[in-house]
Amino acid sequence: MSDIFLEIDGKEVKATEGMTVLAAAQSAGISIPTLCHHEKLEPFGGCRLCIVEAEARGWTKLVVSCVYPVEEKLIVRTRSEKIDRIRKTILELLLAHAPDSPALHDLAQVYGADKNRFEKEASFCIHCGLCVRYCAEVKKKHAVGFVDRGIRKEISFIPEIASKECNDCKECFPLCPTSYLQAAFVLTEALVFPSSSD
Amino acid sequence: MARLNSPEALENFRQEILSKRDPEKPCISICAGAGCIASGADEVIAAFSAEIEKEGLQAKVDTKGTGCPGFCERGPVVVIYPEEICYLQVTPEDVPEIISQTIKEKKVVDRLLYEDPVTGERAIHESDITFYKNQQRTVLCNNIKIDSKNIDDYLAIDGYSALAKALSKMTAVDVLEEVKKSNLRGRGGAGFPAGRKWEGSRNAPEPIKYVIVNADEGDPGAFMDRALLEGNPHSILEGLIIGGYAIGSNEGYIYVRQEYPLAVKNINLAIKQAEAYGLLGKNILGSGYDFNVFVHQGAGAFVCGESTALMTALEGRVGEPRPKYVRSNVKGLWERPSVLNNVETWANVPLIINNGADWFTEIGTEGSKGTKIFSLVGKITNTGLVEVPMGITLRDIIYKIGGGIPDGKKFKAVQTGGPSGGCIPEEQLDLEVGFDELTKAGSMMGSGGMIVMDEDTCMVDVARYFINFLTDESCGKCVPCREGLRQMHRILTNITEGKGEEGDIELLEVLSETAVEASLCALGKSAPNPFLSTLRYFRDEYEAHIKEKRCPALSCKELIAFYIDPGKCLACGICYKKCPAKAIDGGKKKIHIIDQEKCTNCGTCFEVCPPRFGAVAKISGEPVPPPIPEEKRIIIRKSKEK
Repeated sequence: MSDIFLEIDGKEVKATEGMTVLAAAQSAGISIPTLCHHEKLEPFGGCRLCIVEAEARGWTKLVVSCVYPVEEKLIVRTRSEKIDRIRKTILELLLAHAPDSPALHDLAQVYGADKNRFEKEASFCIHCGLCVRYCAEVKKKHAVGFVDRGIRKEISFIPEIASKECNDCKECFPLCPTSYLQAAFVLTEALVFPSSSD
Repeated sequence: MARLNSPEALENFRQEILSKRDPEKPCISICAGAGCIASGADEVIAAFSAEIEKEGLQAKVDTKGTGCPGFCERGPVVVIYPEEICYLQVTPEDVPEIISQTIKEKKVVDRLLYEDPVTGERAIHESDITFYKNQQRTVLCNNIKIDSKNIDDYLAIDGYSALAKALSKMTAVDVLEEVKKSNLRGRGGAGFPAGRKWEGSRNAPEPIKYVIVNADEGDPGAFMDRALLEGNPHSILEGLIIGGYAIGSNEGYIYVRQEYPLAVKNINLAIKQAEAYGLLGKNILGSGYDFNVFVHQGAGAFVCGESTALMTALEGRVGEPRPKYVRSNVKGLWERPSVLNNVETWANVPLIINNGADWFTEIGTEGSKGTKIFSLVGKITNTGLVEVPMGITLRDIIYKIGGGIPDGKKFKAVQTGGPSGGCIPEEQLDLEVGFDELTKAGSMMGSGGMIVMDEDTCMVDVARYFINFLTDESCGKCVPCREGLRQMHRILTNITEGKGEEGDIELLEVLSETAVEASLCALGKSAPNPFLSTLRYFRDEYEAHIKEKRCPALSCKELIAFYIDPGKCLACGICYKKCPAKAIDGGKKKIHIIDQEKCTNCGTCFEVCPPRFGAVAKISGEPVPPPIPEEKRIIIRKSKEK
């Protein structure tokens, strides 16, 4: 694979073809905030927090760095007034669901996000899909999945699979940026797992 | 029927079909599109068959159920050839008269003709009706001429001649160049030049490529694609095969929504018929070109009309969009080059090949060529499908073709471009219809939905309605769309309920920016349009709702009140009897009073109060006057005073 040179925040970065801007930035020690990204998983592009400004052939646009492929002479800016404003809004929208998530708190401090800006929606899940994708892509078990769509979308353990696989794994637990995943698991366990006395 | 093995065989077969048809033989065409079927077309067709049999005219008259000619407001539509007499709103009871008068006696049944509401003149032919007169129907015109279930009808009007021409007289590159030269732009929404899209796929190195028809028409009130699929499925198929040939693809898909059962049926039938004739499958017309088509039914998600979500769904996965920093014409369905065009775009292709790009570019404006079909609905006299040249003004569509606003109401705005389009106000009505012109006005062409609104429509409520639709249809994958729309809907609902606060407009603007800039797909990126365009042209309505708790259109239920004017009420008792909430206090010769505590703002009293009294008033943003004292409620008629 051929080397590609691009510029991120004024710094020349060497990348290889097919790499994403986020991966290139990380390899150069430049930090871009993410919530739904995981190095072992396929890029998802769900949280949109890693949005950056990309300039190519005189055109500047906002792109999401976890899915945007690197290209020669691309100029990337990871912070700007507009980017910060968008990240702040995204964080505030998520804080309406999970006001006490440590991951969200840390980012909220950086971008000045107000956790009370939007009316609270007590569902806690921020739909990053880390658990769903980890279980499918890494463990290949599909014990947890998304159900429904839009604002009614939620994660759900599939009892038949979860009762067999989850007790010995639970590798998705530490991935969850809120505490919702464990709550959903405990609920599934309580409702449908065969009890030990059976 | 043997397969047609060459363009000559197709031409000979066409002549054979025509030679068996007597152009002078009466033919009764009854629209069998979904709209007319809903108005009873099936019963009318059955009545014609029965009557013709009763009269023993089977050999002398043909009948056919055809595609939708567009005038759904006045369906079922019946056209009698060769005179082309057009009867509207035909019922089974009218059938014996039509047979005895028009078919046997060659007389016109006046009462079934279109009557111009202004001049009172009756129009005998379709082309004399004002609704049709100002249209330019190059794509839709064949719908009423053919039985959509019969390929021979399509062949009789030169069907598949463009395919024969492309395969025998043009190279694939010639076809591509012709489409590029025509500057045909996608009719599905974004208006991307079809030729450029095709070229990208043709030049992509991957050898297996696909062509796809996007028939996931989901905009509320839009049914252009349905009419074409139901009424003239072969025209879409022909366009698709030509497109496949041009880009070097041997496989096509038609993604059609399940909610269009008749369209699904007709397109499947069309594929079978085309295969039987050798117009699809291996070695089409002996050219050596192979092409197969598969129909895929959508499961009911609006977002699957978005190109990448549609392709994901075709692959058998959950219909969610995926990032497309590499365009799908290079890396689409199963990561292969895929050309996805809308139904109407494909239907234009045979016309361009047959008539040439120069013919096509003569119609329209600098940037937008050809015609466009709109579904004209809402507060408009003539509801239906209209096909107009690009560049026509909105005013001409609404007033000349649509017949203006019914019930003497005033025009307020026209919403174009589907749910994520925008509202265009009165002062922009002279805008020429085109892709770039509509975008500049803060709306978009979209797939051609056109919803007309009158003065009784609250623009804040319109924004709330469409944002609600989009919130429901968001796939939920990305935060700016899923969460942003949820919050936008909540804030807009609050405003229409009188709970709006200072700063709501600014907050909506921030949420709009986030959705426009950071959403994953076009649904999220365009979702704030209903808010942004209504704010741009009707900001005062937002401010009235928020600051004065007043709905200027007197539409938002939480912000209005009904009040009986004591000076006008004559105690007729109608409102008293009709009030479902028993909120009206009345009695003989006693001025009626609405108990505001009990009133549910349903508006029944307002509707039933006889216009000659007009005693019930709808008010907003002002306190309801206190009820008149009990002793003043007795009505003393002047005549009795004498």
